[in-house]
Amino acid sequence: MKVIDRIIYCDNNATTRIAPEVFEGMKPFLTEFYGNPSSIHNFGGQVQKAIDEARASVAELLGAQESEIVFTSGGTESDNAAIFSAVRVKEPRKKVLISKLEHPAVLNLGKELFRRGYNVLEIPVDNSGRVDMDFIEDNVDSDTALVSVMWANNEIGNIYPVDEISRIAHSQGALFHTDAVQAVGKVPIDLSRMTIDTLALSGHKLHAPKGVGVLYIKRGVRFKPYLIGGHQERGRRAGTENVASIVGLGIACKLAIKNMKEENTRVKELRDKLEDSLLSSIQCTRLNGDKENRIPNTTNISFEYIEGEAILLMMNQMGICASSGSACTSGSLEPSHVLRAIGVPYTAAHGSVRFSLSVYNTADEIDFIIEKLPPIIDMLREISPYWRKRHHLQKV
Amino acid sequence: MWNYNEKVMEHFLHPRNVGEIENPDAVGEVGNITCGDALRLTLKIDRESERILDAKFQTFGCASAIASSSVLTEIIKGKKLDEVSKITNKDIVNVLGELPEEKMHCSVMGMEALQAAIANYRGENLSKHEEEEEEGRLVCKCFGVTDSKIRKVALQNRLHTVEQITNYTKAGGACGACIDEIQEILDELWKEKPCSKDENKTGFKCMTVVQKIMRIQEVLDKEVKPLLQNDGGSVELVDIQDMKVIVRMQGRCSSCPVSHVTLKNTIEAKLREFVCPEITVEEAK
Repeated sequence: MKVIDRIIYCDNNATTRIAPEVFEGMKPFLTEFYGNPSSIHNFGGQVQKAIDEARASVAELLGAQESEIVFTSGGTESDNAAIFSAVRVKEPRKKVLISKLEHPAVLNLGKELFRRGYNVLEIPVDNSGRVDMDFIEDNVDSDTALVSVMWANNEIGNIYPVDEISRIAHSQGALFHTDAVQAVGKVPIDLSRMTIDTLALSGHKLHAPKGVGVLYIKRGVRFKPYLIGGHQERGRRAGTENVASIVGLGIACKLAIKNMKEENTRVKELRDKLEDSLLSSIQCTRLNGDKENRIPNTTNISFEYIEGEAILLMMNQMGICASSGSACTSGSLEPSHVLRAIGVPYTAAHGSVRFSLSVYNTADEIDFIIEKLPPIIDMLREISPYWRKRHHLQKV
Repeated sequence: MWNYNEKVMEHFLHPRNVGEIENPDAVGEVGNITCGDALRLTLKIDRESERILDAKFQTFGCASAIASSSVLTEIIKGKKLDEVSKITNKDIVNVLGELPEEKMHCSVMGMEALQAAIANYRGENLSKHEEEEEEGRLVCKCFGVTDSKIRKVALQNRLHTVEQITNYTKAGGACGACIDEIQEILDELWKEKPCSKDENKTGFKCMTVVQKIMRIQEVLDKEVKPLLQNDGGSVELVDIQDMKVIVRMQGRCSSCPVSHVTLKNTIEAKLREFVCPEITVEEAK
C-alpha cells in the first residue's frame, strides 16, 4: 500500500486527537505523581488537588458547580448511570421517552428497559431530524420516569431544544437526561440557567484521552450509583480515579472554553466552505439534517447511486479520514438508524459521508478534499449500474 | 475497519472490465439499490464454441463487492459456458485469497449474477429465472431471500449457524424476525443431510483453525459417534495440531482394551475418508 505522507482528519465526531497541552499536563500523573487521591499522606493528597482543579475546569465549561461533576469512564457509562438511576428513583413510574436519533448508549438502553417491563416510547422526528415536541407534550404524564434527548446528534449534527424538553418533563414530575457528548465544546452551555437534571460528556470527543468522561448531576436531584464500591466521587461513582485522564480532561475543558469562539467562526466557515463546494460541484448530492440548527463542525452529505464504504476507502488512499452511515460501514446490513429515521431514501443513505472538523483542521486541508473528492465520486459512479440509468430509476 | 487483503484492495482500486458490453449476448442482474449492493454483468459469447469472449461489470456496493465483481470477470473471460456454470462464490473468494466473513455475501452476489447471465443466454429469460428463485418460500423479507437460496448457499459453503447465513446471504441481517426460521431450515438441512465428502480434500490444509475444528467436529458428530454409541461409547475432540487430531475416548470406549483399534479403524478412517487422507488420530494422554 501507498505510504500516506499526511493525514487529513475530518472524523472528529468519532474521536479527536489529544491536544499537546493535554498530553503534557497528564505526563506527571503517569510518572512521579502516582499517589492514590484517597490517601491521607501528602503524596496522595496532591493528586486529589489535581483532580479538584480538573473538576473546577469541567464545572466552568458547563456552567455548573463543582459538586455537580462526577468523573466516569466515558459517555456510555455516564448515560447508563444517569438513566438507570432515574428509573430507580422514580419508581414505580414505568414510562420512558427517548428520541429516535439517540446514540446506541441510550437507544440500546431503551431496548433493555423495554425488556425489563418499562413502557419505552421513541420520540419521532421529521425529515430534517427535529423532534416532535407535540408528541413529547402529549405523552409525558404522571407515569413518566424519564425523558432523554441528546443535546446534539453525532451523525447529522442537529442541536435539540433540551431545556424546553426538560421543562415539559418536569411539568409531570419526570426527570430529564441529555447525552451532550457532541455538544460540549461546540455550543455554549450554561447549566446554572437550565433545568436539565443529568448530562453525559466524553473526554475523547474534546481532545482529552479515551476512557474518561463526566456525569453532571444537578444539585438536589436524587441519584443511585451505578458502580458500587468505595466512597470515591462522594459516593456517586466507586473506583480509584483515572487520575491522569481526569487531569487531561480538565485541561481539555480549559482549551474548549478558549476555542469555543474559533469553533463557531473559523471551523464553521471551513465546514460551510467544504459543504457548499461539494454540494455545488457534484451533482445528485443532498445534505442530511437541519442546516440551520446544528453544531458548527459537522456536515453529512449523501452522494447518490454509490456506496459509502467505497468512497471512504478511496479517500483513505489519500489520507482523508471521514465516516459514513452506509450499511457496509456500520457493521450491520442496514444503513444508519439516524438517516433512516429522518427519511433519507436508501439510494442516498448508502452513499452518505460525514465530515466532522476540529480546530486542528486548516484551510489547506479543506481545499485538498474539495479538489480530490469529485474525481472519486465520478469514478465510483462510472462503476455503478445505477448512474447512467438514474433518470429511469424510481426512487426508493 | 475491515481488514481487506492487498489483493482485494488492488481489485477495488483498479477494477478490471468495468462497463457495459453493447449488444450483449447475456445479461445477469442481481441485487438492488435498497439492499445496498447490486451487480450487472454483461457477456459477449461465441455462439459456436459457447466461449465467453468478453465480460464487463457494473457494481453498486462496497470495496469487496467491487473486487468480487472484478475477479469474477477475470475468472470467466475466455472460458466455456459449461466450465463457468460450475463456478461458486468459493472460487471468487479463493482468487481474492480471503474476504471478511461479514462480506461473504459479496462473493455470493458474483455467483448469482453469473448464473443469471447464463440462464439469460440459454433462453431461460430472467423473469423465469426469478420465478425459479421464487419457487422457494420467502424467508427474509428485508432482503428478499428464499429458503431455497439459504439451503443452496449453506450446502455450498457448509454453513451451520444463522450468523454465517447472514454473512453469506444477508438473510436475518435487518429486522431479525426470520432468525428462528433460518435456524429451523439449518436444523432440518443438516439433520437429513449425511456428511458430504470433501471433494477437494487438500482444502483442509488451507482452512483456518476454527474451520478445521468445525469440520472435524461435524464428521465426528455425524459419522463417528453414531457408530461408537452402538457400543455405549463416545469420543471427544481435544486438539488439532497440523494434520494430527487428538481425541479422548469416552463412555465404554475409555475402558475398552481394544480402543486403539477403534481409534485407527473407525475414527481415523472416517476422518481420512471425509476430511483429508493425511490425517492421523491420537488419543489424548
